[in-house]
This record gives sequence, structure tokens and C-alpha cells, in this order.
Amino acid sequence: MSDVVTVNHAPTAKQSGQVVKALEASANRVDWANHLFKYLFMLSAFIGVFSVGLIGYFLIKEGMPALSYAGVTNFVFGMEWVPPVLFGIAPMIVASLISALGAVVIGVPVALLTAIFLAEVAPKRVADVVRPAVELLAGIPSVVYGFFGLVIIVPMVEKVFNIPAGNTLMAAIIVLAVMILPTVIAISETALRAVPRSYKEGSLALGASPMFTIFKVLLPAARSGILAGVVLGIARAIGETMAIIMVMGNSPAMPRHLLDSARSLTANIAMEMAYATGLHSSALYTTGIVLLVFVMVLNATLLYLNREKAR
Amino acid sequence: MRRTIEDRIALSLIWGGASLTIIFLVWMLWHILANGLSYVDWTFISANYSVTDKENSGIWPMIVSTIYMVILSIAIAAPIGIMTALFLTEYAKPGSKVVKVIRFCTESLAGIPSIIYGLFGMTFFVVTLGLGFSILSGALTLTILILPVIIRTTEEALIAVPLAYREGSYGLGASKIYTIWRVILPSAMPGIITSVILSTGRVIGESAPVFLTAGMVARIPDSVLDSGRTLTVHLYKLTTELYTVHDWNQAYATATVLIVLVLAINLVTKLIGRRLNKATY
Repeated sequence: MSDVVTVNHAPTAKQSGQVVKALEASANRVDWANHLFKYLFMLSAFIGVFSVGLIGYFLIKEGMPALSYAGVTNFVFGMEWVPPVLFGIAPMIVASLISALGAVVIGVPVALLTAIFLAEVAPKRVADVVRPAVELLAGIPSVVYGFFGLVIIVPMVEKVFNIPAGNTLMAAIIVLAVMILPTVIAISETALRAVPRSYKEGSLALGASPMFTIFKVLLPAARSGILAGVVLGIARAIGETMAIIMVMGNSPAMPRHLLDSARSLTANIAMEMAYATGLHSSALYTTGIVLLVFVMVLNATLLYLNREKAR
Repeated sequence: MRRTIEDRIALSLIWGGASLTIIFLVWMLWHILANGLSYVDWTFISANYSVTDKENSGIWPMIVSTIYMVILSIAIAAPIGIMTALFLTEYAKPGSKVVKVIRFCTESLAGIPSIIYGLFGMTFFVVTLGLGFSILSGALTLTILILPVIIRTTEEALIAVPLAYREGSYGLGASKIYTIWRVILPSAMPGIITSVILSTGRVIGESAPVFLTAGMVARIPDSVLDSGRTLTVHLYKLTTELYTVHDWNQAYATATVLIVLVLAINLVTKLIGRRLNKATY
């Protein structure tokens, strides 16, 4: 009862002080629970930050021995992978880059045309079928892509190019081209839709045909967004593991042409990690570091592209 | 005249490109379902995997492992992801340093190739924490992998809750945490459920980080500390040993089950999305 303040007349300084104190006390009580949850939520939010730190720490810690044993130059430019003696991953770097770039060369035109179709051309009913289909393409597990590549694409490459084994860079490029479609389509469509309506209306009003408008006005205007989609597509292709293992043959030698078997950086890690020990195991972490450097360069490009878009 | 011919070529190219996308999807689905659907029966679903008796071999252990993996990783990732999203939208000052750091790290996580998660999970959860090749190691690894998806989707759902809801709640004297619990979270629920379903799809579809952390043992795991083989890892193992017609049937049937799962997940996401659009804020 003592904290109840009754005021019958103009409050004295002491009484109003009591009121303020009571109010402060009740405010503090609310704040206490609020703070507890605030810090609980903040702690959760930092789990992601810790994870990034831990991933970086363990990758570098485990990869260091092999890197200092072989040296950066020998590791990155070395042509021979003979664990645990020679750790040269130049063939894998080349295989990863070529397969990703090949996938972009084949996949991006198709994706771009599909994005234009969805954003500008398709009747609503057709778009309502095509868009979920593209989303479905994004949801199919990479192992299923790999399986399809193995039973359809690999034999097809064998037949078309008349070679003994179809497990080649070419097969990987075709499978990856399909796998990056949903990413590039979704981002390009968003970019095309973000172009101000007035651009299109202005072009059409000047007498340009709808197609001229699409290819000469809308596409250039959406350029940075589309490039962002392409960069994400490359990142997806470089990071892909299982589908590539199943169709690329995995020979650790430098591929001489597109119809050669090859091993990507990701495949190198996935295939040998299960049994590797010592320096060999460390070299696989170093392979992971190299892979991550490529992804970081791509992400930095993406950041740069998005900055331009924001301006 | 010349303009119209060019226009026609351009238009047919656009239709052609879109058709190519669809043709590839239909081709892939048709080829796998046509070869696998007839082999998927109750025996295949409910029988144990057997290397010797390929005819009556099934995928029950892989289904169980996959379910364990999904439940465990979502049970860990969803609360963390939702609380992170709550912190970012309801508590943190927008544009402050803390928010920038958290956002940057979440985006970085989303960009890391899944095989790197496998490497990390193997050193950290399997070896350093001593969890061994187990469902738990796999689920913890996948937890980090799906966190960005859950955070981003939940954040979008929370931002979509109108400010008036919060103001109304505060105006009636409700505390912040009460408002979050009784007003904001219920309104954002469809979006949160969507994020959980999306991550279920991710967990089911991942393979590289799973076999590096949960192993490949093809029997029902005794506990979460036991090794298990998920459906995707199983399909990969099957493709490395395709010799007899039964091997092929098994592989096609497993791929069919995976595709049916993905179709179901897409359908449920669509249905929730439709309900979300109908909801009037």
C-alpha cells in the first residue's frame, strides 16, 4: 500500500517525486522483459555471424599445411594431382571455369528469351503455366539432374560426337546450362519488370515495333539486373557438386578439349574427402579455399552491379 | 516490311526459348516418371534396403533418415531464423552497424557452395565436437545452410505486417513482446510456414554436405547420433553401381520418389501463397 500515492491537493514536491518513481519502476519492469528478449533475439542473429567466422577459420586452419607444403603458385598453377606428393589443381580450376562459362553461353540466351517471354510476350494464362514450371526446375535436387544427365545426356554426347565415353566437359556444360536456367530467368524477369513503363510507352509512341522496344530499349535498360542474374548463374554452376560428379568423368588431368573427361574443384573435394588423411585432406580444404575465392570474386561483382542499379 | 520480318523472327525466338525451357523440364520429368512410377509400390517404400535381394529391396531406411534430417534441421534452424528476423525487423535500428554485419554474414552464407558446408561440417561437427558421422552432424550442417532462406523469407513476412497492427497493440497497452507473440507472429504465419516448407525442400534436395557429415549407412538410424543415408545420397550411390535391370529400376524409382516430393512441396507452397494473397491486411 505504501507505493500508492493519494493526492487531495496540489502535490508536494515529495509526492510528485513518488509518482515519478512509481512510473519509472513500472517502466523498468516492462523494459526488463523486453531487454531479455532483445538480447535473446540478438544472440540468435549472431549465430549466422559466428558460423561465417567458424567456416572461414576452419577452412584456413585445415588448408594451411598443404598450402605451405606446396606453395600458392605450385598449388594453383600445378598441373599434376598425385596426392600426397603433388597438389596441383590447375586442371580442376580450368574444368570448373570452362564448365561454368559453357553453361552460361548455352543457358543464358535461353533463360533471357524465357524471361522476356514471361515479362513481355506471354498471355497471362500461358505465363501462369510457365512460371511454376520454372520454379519447379529450381526445386529439383541436383542429384536428379545428375541422374538424368547420366542416362540421357551422356549417351547422347557419346552418339553425337562418336566418342567412347560421354562423361565429358560437354555433358557437364549441358546439364549445368539447364540447372542455371531458373536463377537467370527469375532475376532477369524481375529486372525487365523493373524498367519504368514510360520507357516502353515512349518507344512504342515513337513508332518502334514491340520487338524493337524489347531488344533495343528494355534489355539495355535492364542490363545490370540481367548481369546480376548471370553472375548468380555462374556462382551456382561453379558451386554445383553432385550433378557434375555424375556426368563429367572426374579425371584429374588437364582437359584438352570439350570432349575430354575433367574434374571440377567441387568434385575433387567431394570424391576424395571420405578417405583422405593428413596432407591430402589438407589439400582438399585448400581446394575449398580456392573455390571460395572464386565465389567471393563473383559476390563482389554482384555487390558492384547492385550498387549501380541502386544509383 | 523488313521490320515485320525481323519482328517475326524475334518473336519466334522468344517463343522458342521459352518452349526449350519447358521441353527440357517435361522431358526430364516424363523420362524419370515413365521409367520409375511402375516400380514404386508399397514394397519399395516400406522394405529395407538389401544389396543381395535387389528385387524386393526398398528405400524405407532412406525415407526415415530423410525425415529425421528434415525435422531435426528445421527444429533447430526455424527458431534461430525467426528470432534473427524478429531482431532485424522489430528491434535493431535499420541501417545500424549491427544490422549491416548480420545482413552481410547472412548473405555470405547464402552464397557459399554447399560442398564447403560439407567440409566445414565434417571438421567442426563430426571431428571437433565429436558427434561423428551422424544425423545430428548432418542436421546441424544443414541448419546453417538453410538459415539464410528462413531469415530472408520470415523478414519479408514480418515487414508485410502493417504498422497499424503494432500501433494498435501498443495503443491498447500491450508490451512489445506480447505484441510480437500475439499480433505480429500470427499475422506473419503464412510467410513463416512458407519459409519452413522452402527449407524442407532444400534439406531434401541437398546431397554433397549430407554424405560428408551424416555418412552413407543404408539402414534405419538407431538415434540421431547414428549415421544415415538420405534419399538423394541413396540415388547418388545407386548411380555409381548400375549393373542389372533391378539397379536401374531402383534408381529410377528413387528419382521418382524425389520428384514427387518436390512436386508436393511446390504445390503446398503455391496453395499457401494463394491464401496469403487472399488475406486482407
